Amino acid sequence: MLLAMLRSLRTGVVTIRYPAQSTQPPVRFRGEPQITTGKAFTALPPASVCPAGAISGGSGEPRYAIDLARCVFCGRCAEHALDGAIAMGREFELARRQRVGLVVEVECDAAGLTTARPSAPEGEQVAERIRRILGHSLQLRHLDSGSCNACDWELTALLNPVYDVRRLGIDVVASPRHADGVLVTGPVTRNLETAVRRTYEAVPEPRVVIAVGACAASGGIVGRSYASAGGVGEVLPVDVLIPGCPPRPEAIIFGLLLAVGRLRERRSRAP
Amino acid sequence: MADSTLTLESEIRLRLAGRAGFEHGPGPHDLTVRLAHATDVPAAVAELGAAGLTLAMLVATDEEATAERDLKVRYIFEPGVGTTLPRPDTFVTLVAALDPAHPQLPSIAANVPAANWHEREAQDLFGIVFTDHPEPNSLVLHDGWPRGLYPLRKRFDARQRPVVEPAEEFPHLRVEGEGVLEVPVGPIHAGIIEPGHFRFSTVGERILHLDPRLFYTHRGLEKRVEGLTAGDAFYVVERICGVCSVAHGLGFCEATEQIAGVEVPSRARAIRTLALELERLYNHVGDLGNIAAGASYHYGTSAGARMKEALQQLNERLTGNRFLRGLVTPGGVRLDLTSELVQSIEGVLAATAEGLENLMNRIENAPSVLDRLDTTGILARQDAINLGVTGVAARASGVDRDARRDHPHAAYADAAGPRVAVVTETDGDVHARLTLRVAEARESLRLIRALLSGLPSGALCAAVPGVLPPWGIGLRAIESPRGAAVHWLRADGAGRIDRYHLRSASYANWPAVPLAAQTAIIPDFPLVNKSFELCYSCTDR
Ligand code: SF4
Repeated sequence: MLLAMLRSLRTGVVTIRYPAQSTQPPVRFRGEPQITTGKAFTALPPASVCPAGAISGGSGEPRYAIDLARCVFCGRCAEHALDGAIAMGREFELARRQRVGLVVEVECDAAGLTTARPSAPEGEQVAERIRRILGHSLQLRHLDSGSCNACDWELTALLNPVYDVRRLGIDVVASPRHADGVLVTGPVTRNLETAVRRTYEAVPEPRVVIAVGACAASGGIVGRSYASAGGVGEVLPVDVLIPGCPPRPEAIIFGLLLAVGRLRERRSRAP
Repeated sequence: MADSTLTLESEIRLRLAGRAGFEHGPGPHDLTVRLAHATDVPAAVAELGAAGLTLAMLVATDEEATAERDLKVRYIFEPGVGTTLPRPDTFVTLVAALDPAHPQLPSIAANVPAANWHEREAQDLFGIVFTDHPEPNSLVLHDGWPRGLYPLRKRFDARQRPVVEPAEEFPHLRVEGEGVLEVPVGPIHAGIIEPGHFRFSTVGERILHLDPRLFYTHRGLEKRVEGLTAGDAFYVVERICGVCSVAHGLGFCEATEQIAGVEVPSRARAIRTLALELERLYNHVGDLGNIAAGASYHYGTSAGARMKEALQQLNERLTGNRFLRGLVTPGGVRLDLTSELVQSIEGVLAATAEGLENLMNRIENAPSVLDRLDTTGILARQDAINLGVTGVAARASGVDRDARRDHPHAAYADAAGPRVAVVTETDGDVHARLTLRVAEARESLRLIRALLSGLPSGALCAAVPGVLPPWGIGLRAIESPRGAAVHWLRADGAGRIDRYHLRSASYANWPAVPLAAQTAIIPDFPLVNKSFELCYSCTDR
């Protein structure tokens, strides 16, 4: 016992300070695929390059869009783009309240160059509303609706000594009846559809639904088929979508704080 | 070709003479045996068993639209544990052709328990009837799936979505007697765990019987890749399982490369092997923490989680993804190692090695923890052999098999590549599976260091054609963190994916969990389960 305590003291604090302190993912990290404006529109790769079906437009159409809810962050579009027309950024704080907020779109201007379209405004106010409903802590129930387990393991990582989300008043609880909402991973398989609905119904109102990862947010690489509903949104009303395949733990924390609308508050208190 | 392969081949030809046609393939050392009559399957399977082969998997295919106008079932065999080491690296495929109007075969599950799930899966997805199956209930398709609709038949449109009916009671074995209580658990569990349903029959705390129901996470991924190019399908396969992303992605790539006849550059093979071992390492180290959690040893849970986290952060520095996704690609690898990254790897390895020894030391000196681990969840060696159990679960029960040695892949296939020292234990309990993981983690550390010190120079990737040679078949086994995963891939007439099938290690090992649970009490089930650490998503696909 004493030895264990000594060892712990020697280890020191391993917990990160995100979100109070921002973090920079490693150089090779593949975050948001960014369409560079002012490049030739024809330098964008055809939509078929994307294995997840996240890209639409191009080839004749004067618009080109990447749906981050579908994106699996493979980097293939950037590899196939000419002249750096798409670059994999390192941005990971991608969670949004609405699916439209996750579509990155450009247009082809008269000179044949890519130009930005005004992006849909994202509702921090909406998040504010959730915060008022739920107060300051967030107790969530995990609901695996058919994930590959990568998102699940990242949720487990949130509880490890490095991320320790409990320090933020967030915890994963054992029963839906003790929860303020559900954290859903996976595209909702046919074999789990009933269980997903029932678990949601067991959560007392008001409740939030957080779609973690590409599969939950949109069906991701699984898509919609005889075995998959193609995302949680097909079955439950979704409050927050967290893109990623899987989203890294800090990206999930960002999404969770968005869910409680506390992000701004935490940041203003940062030293 | 090794002498032992030739001897085995001539024995098989002799045993099945007059009943089958023989040809080499799909791999250069593999043999394909085409049975003249499907009714001969049980007899032929018995002959192959007598020749020392064991069943690895079944693959059903719908070939109604081809010139052969039939359904086929392929029984894939490999040399069994009784074969003298080194075992010949060979797969023997027994092919039975079926009438698509009345696809029917005699079941072999009564004599070959490893075939039980495979046959039920082919029944659900292809409508093949296996007569006299001991347990012919549906496996993959659950509640209210319409009768007569078989999603892996070619004429089934994958976008079809039959209505979801309310859940029905699934047929399970009822244990009766005084004081027998049935405890249903799941599919949604009270923790961050994948979904499965367990029906325990108990007396007091003791588990008498456990009936698991899986396939809740069946995502139809094998259907999903049909018609795609190998290049596109790769991204789906890499995502069948989170914690086996490298192993499964690599198996698919090697099958593709086998079909296309592509030689992968030696530097790429070494980097792939490095990734395989890093994947094994973060899994095994993480499992140490999970087993500690199952035994309510919180210091161990934290220490294991912290070590795993450091390894996953390393993964992200190396590949841009914490699960090592995006490194392996058909033809080679997409990313190189820099001297800075090599240093980073060495630093994390040193810390992991130290942390591992410390944690093990503490566990081995904690009587209260050992008490939970010893004699809990015993899997007998013979049961492990009969069920075709693989990986840690097999080796901890004294079954000496490891695909890195028995079916060499990546750099293990190179003459100058690393050689793995296969470790086994004998007790087959939770403690044995824990000790074995630690021994294997040490071996992974050694292998990674050996790979880093002798990294060949040269290209990272060879060109793989966009379309594969028509009707080519690839068959590869990869030792994933959970054991051997076997991949079967075939191109269609246009060089796209006609059929892909994965038998993951977890698929082979799940049926062993109920047997091991019989020596446990209900509160120990999570511990037993964690000591196997089987994955639902790569079982269910
Ligand atoms: S990075 Fe995203 S958008 Fe680009 S090809 Fe990959 S999945 Fe598609």
